[in-house]
Amino acid sequence: MAAQKGFFTDTTLCIGCKACEVACKQWNQLPDDGFLFTGMSYDNTVHLGASTWRHVAFVERPVPMKPGNDGAFSWLFSSDVCKHCARAGCLESCPTGAIIRTEYGSVYVQPDVCNGCGYCIVNCPFGVIDRREEDGRAWKCTLCYDRLRADMQPACAKSCPTESIQFGEIAELRERAEKRVEKLHEQGLNSAYLYGANAAQQPGTEGLNAFFLLVDKPEMYNLPPNPTVPTKPAKAAWGSMAVGVLGLALAAIGSALLGGRERAS
Amino acid sequence: MGTSFGRGGATDFPGDLVNSDVIVIQGSNMAECHPVAFRWVMQARERGATVIHVDPRFTRTSAVANLHVPIRAGSDIVFLGGIIRHILETEQYFREYVVTYTNAAAIITEDFRDTEELEGFFSGWDEKKGQYNTRTWMYEGVNPEPAGGARESEAGKKAESIQRQPIQAEKTDPTLQHPRCVFQILKRHYARYTPEMVEEACGISKELFLRVADTLCKNSGRERTGAFVYAVGWTQHSTGVQFIRAAAIVQSLLGNMGRPGGGILALRGHASIQGSTDIPTLYNILPGYLPMPKAQHDVDLETYLKLNESPSGWWGEYRKYFISLMKAWFGEAATEENDWCYDYLPTLTGDHSHMNTVVDMVDGSVKGYFVMGENPSVGSMNGALQRKGLRALDWLVVRDFQVTETADFWRDAPEVVRGEVKPEEIPTEVFFFPAAAHTEKDGSFTNTQRLLQWHHKAIEPKGDTRSELDFIFKLGQRLKNLYRNEYDQPRNWPIRDLTWDYPTEGILNEPSAEAVLHEINGYTVADGKPVEGFTSLKDDGSTACGCWIYSGAYRNGENQAARRKPHWEQNWVAPEWGWAWPHNRRVLYNRASADPDGRPWSERKKLVWWDAQKQRWEGYDIPDFIVERPPSYRPSREARGKDTISGVDPFVMQADGKAWIFAPTGLQDGPLPTHYEPQESVMPNPLYPQQCNPERMEWLRKDNPYHQPFDDPRFPYLLTTYRLTEHHTAGGMSRWLSWLSELQPEMFCEVSPELAMERNLKNGGWATIRTMRGEIEARVLVTERIRPLRMRGRIFHQIGLPYHWSTKGLVRGDAANDLIGFVADPNVAIQESKAFTAMIEPGRLSKAHYKLKKLPSREKDRDLPRAQNKPETKHGYKAFEAKEGNV
Repeated sequence: MAAQKGFFTDTTLCIGCKACEVACKQWNQLPDDGFLFTGMSYDNTVHLGASTWRHVAFVERPVPMKPGNDGAFSWLFSSDVCKHCARAGCLESCPTGAIIRTEYGSVYVQPDVCNGCGYCIVNCPFGVIDRREEDGRAWKCTLCYDRLRADMQPACAKSCPTESIQFGEIAELRERAEKRVEKLHEQGLNSAYLYGANAAQQPGTEGLNAFFLLVDKPEMYNLPPNPTVPTKPAKAAWGSMAVGVLGLALAAIGSALLGGRERAS
Repeated sequence: MGTSFGRGGATDFPGDLVNSDVIVIQGSNMAECHPVAFRWVMQARERGATVIHVDPRFTRTSAVANLHVPIRAGSDIVFLGGIIRHILETEQYFREYVVTYTNAAAIITEDFRDTEELEGFFSGWDEKKGQYNTRTWMYEGVNPEPAGGARESEAGKKAESIQRQPIQAEKTDPTLQHPRCVFQILKRHYARYTPEMVEEACGISKELFLRVADTLCKNSGRERTGAFVYAVGWTQHSTGVQFIRAAAIVQSLLGNMGRPGGGILALRGHASIQGSTDIPTLYNILPGYLPMPKAQHDVDLETYLKLNESPSGWWGEYRKYFISLMKAWFGEAATEENDWCYDYLPTLTGDHSHMNTVVDMVDGSVKGYFVMGENPSVGSMNGALQRKGLRALDWLVVRDFQVTETADFWRDAPEVVRGEVKPEEIPTEVFFFPAAAHTEKDGSFTNTQRLLQWHHKAIEPKGDTRSELDFIFKLGQRLKNLYRNEYDQPRNWPIRDLTWDYPTEGILNEPSAEAVLHEINGYTVADGKPVEGFTSLKDDGSTACGCWIYSGAYRNGENQAARRKPHWEQNWVAPEWGWAWPHNRRVLYNRASADPDGRPWSERKKLVWWDAQKQRWEGYDIPDFIVERPPSYRPSREARGKDTISGVDPFVMQADGKAWIFAPTGLQDGPLPTHYEPQESVMPNPLYPQQCNPERMEWLRKDNPYHQPFDDPRFPYLLTTYRLTEHHTAGGMSRWLSWLSELQPEMFCEVSPELAMERNLKNGGWATIRTMRGEIEARVLVTERIRPLRMRGRIFHQIGLPYHWSTKGLVRGDAANDLIGFVADPNVAIQESKAFTAMIEPGRLSKAHYKLKKLPSREKDRDLPRAQNKPETKHGYKAFEAKEGNV
């Protein structure tokens, strides 16, 4: 098995150029999402979907970047992507086995197996995966599986001019990300933190293979504050149900035995 | 830049910005318009540099800068003048650098008068001609030639009267105390550019201004350096050249030129704009910035050469470059006996810059027009006038990827849609040729840092698409065929004798781009061997060279531009990636990175130095100096040409080898940058009674009306135009591509919440924006990124308009340039599109034409009486380099 690969997206280095969005669409030959002016800052693709696998969020906020900076204003950019969760709701809910975990640890939808049932869509806590209307199947970021197989990095990371999107081995990325947060804290940017870097930080997903460095609440970037893969509590539920069933079974057996004894006695 | 330092190119390369301690980005939205080069700014910031963005809008650049300084569009000279004053007042200039490497010590003629004394004019204003006679701006007793800028500022004057002598060193005062020395003149000129004035004119608080000025000063000197970055946000003003001059003065005073992490980076608008001035698409220069011959006085070769070669400095070599160019073009036909075919060259009879050409089309004197890689109907100012010009042509050729608005101006232009113009009444015959993309052709790009990078053809062009090279080559062949039977007539000899024999290759029989590079590089005529560089060129016809500054790009018969050695296999200057002119030097004037004795100013800022043992200049970069000339060398009084360059003259292209803080010649509108208001402003000039640049180019005609100079009640808002990352200039390369179009799908305007309230504009709704040139509609984006400015107790609103859209493509919208009038800088004829006035109303454009209230013209408020007799449309000869940014 190859090393586990993923993204570390450092939003403090993002300049909002959207090169990642375009490179992704070009490499994967994705269609447009329609030509709609939203009036929401410079964001006209709005969110991730079946045809947008990288999406840059633009957050205009009436607070300075660092306390003490001039002007009560800052503009945040963040390139969002499929998180390739350690516990992937889409994968776990896929009834056909179309969604698999690859040798790189990424979560991949096999388009020739997907039957378009849509279970994965409701089971993604981030709203990443979606079905394309014209073919009915579910689509999302592949972590450029085809490029990885050819020893190339994903198109978005390759095109990022400022190393905001960093691709690599997850263990190494985590280490780098933690150092980065320390450095930013030293520089006075105390609001910097990692989002989903490991299971401890985000138990609901058991950590993200594509994690982020943010400087404001996750909600500001349209990310859930405490995402939980629905199959995870479901499994716990199955477990407790199993305990319950077992208990009932035991009780039944017990009573049967007792009854038998009673009858026998 | 040419006038200040000797060459029009950016003095540094973007990768060197990582070495900067402070980066001031002004007149540029670098993160949005040059995102790839911006990586080095981000790296510098991560290494601790302070990034300052001075801009009317809070953009993606501001978002990642350490400091954003909102400024009123068009007031940059007040801001930069304020910094100059601050540097002088607080004595934070780099004294040793200033005294030795700049002309601060030079003494100016007794007749010179400053704008402080003459209500905003310098001495020498000729009321009748409406232009300056620059004689009184000269150094005392000498007449140095400008290396760049308007070498023709005295157009029409008889050749004999132009005196030439090398600069005399004794006319200087190294103590900088002489009242007429440049340093003292500078002090007086900017005395009133105080922090209070900056606050009043630019809308920047005194505290914020002082913070910028101090940061800049603290990060300059022996140990530290700072860089300026600009783009068309500076050039597109009627005082644009002087904006850049002001930065040149700041950088000269702080000793930041020619040093790592220093310099002034002119960011070019798109790929190979630098190349299109080096090997020009401009009307007034020949390859390598050699001026075009002028009909009035360049009557023969000797006169032309005499007028253009300088007795001192590098331009003493002029003859070699020119004769080699003629040998490249006319081959064996060019001989000493026939003056190397000098007569074959067309001569200029006037100003044929872009806007004049359009006006000439309208007026019927231009009949045909080639448009390649441009979409002037969308990308050029006053779209209605542009299209009026196109309608008056006999023929129009457009080469582009798509049938652009310029090609289809007769079918769906706004005035056609409105029914004012009927397609069947337009006589112009339009020829459209599909163009090949860069992946479909061999060739080079010359980018921002004068770097030539080769691209190899990846696939054959599809269908009828062809490269420009192929088109021009085959057009030339056809012309030769058409004239073949008339070669007995001397007027056809230029076509007969033109060397047009490039080898062709491939299934499409395309000319070899490398063969063209070989010719550009230059070769010895006898054996066709490539020359080493421009120092090998001769004036006896034994060498041929298509562009002397590119000489060396094909050294040893190797395509130097195709070198791709990665940066981790060489030093940080990366001299083996591509090839930069001149002579592959990456940091221009890098002699200045060492002190007068040739030692680096500091270990931290080491770049080139004098190696006493080897008796030559050595360094990380290729020395931009005569390599064997020791720092101790001083020229004799009899010296001429290159020999006049002393060991402490880093600016080798300048007649005196110095950076020009004061430009004694070379500029039309003054030796020192002076604040004038834009043609259309929101306030009277706070500094001088003269409102606008008295030398600006105006086109006073009915189809190009101007608003009142300031306080026009019909047009109360200041408007500025710009580009977005998501689109490419006039949209020809982006509006047909879904991946880019969806990112910015509609024309919009950016307004502050305060202005939205004042004009009842709703976010996501519609607005109509109006000037006397036209009306457009746009979606509204209300954002705090646009901030109202408070000046003189009043609130001023600025409106931001991107200009990418028009009537064709996947995404459509109105074109912002339809709002802008023809007004231009006098030095380079670049339009003023970054600051003008307009009105904004809620709602969509109504079908009925809006009737504007007629108000008396207040032209008299724009100019004092002495400047009111300007020639209306003819402007004499303009500058040396007349395209985007190249000043």
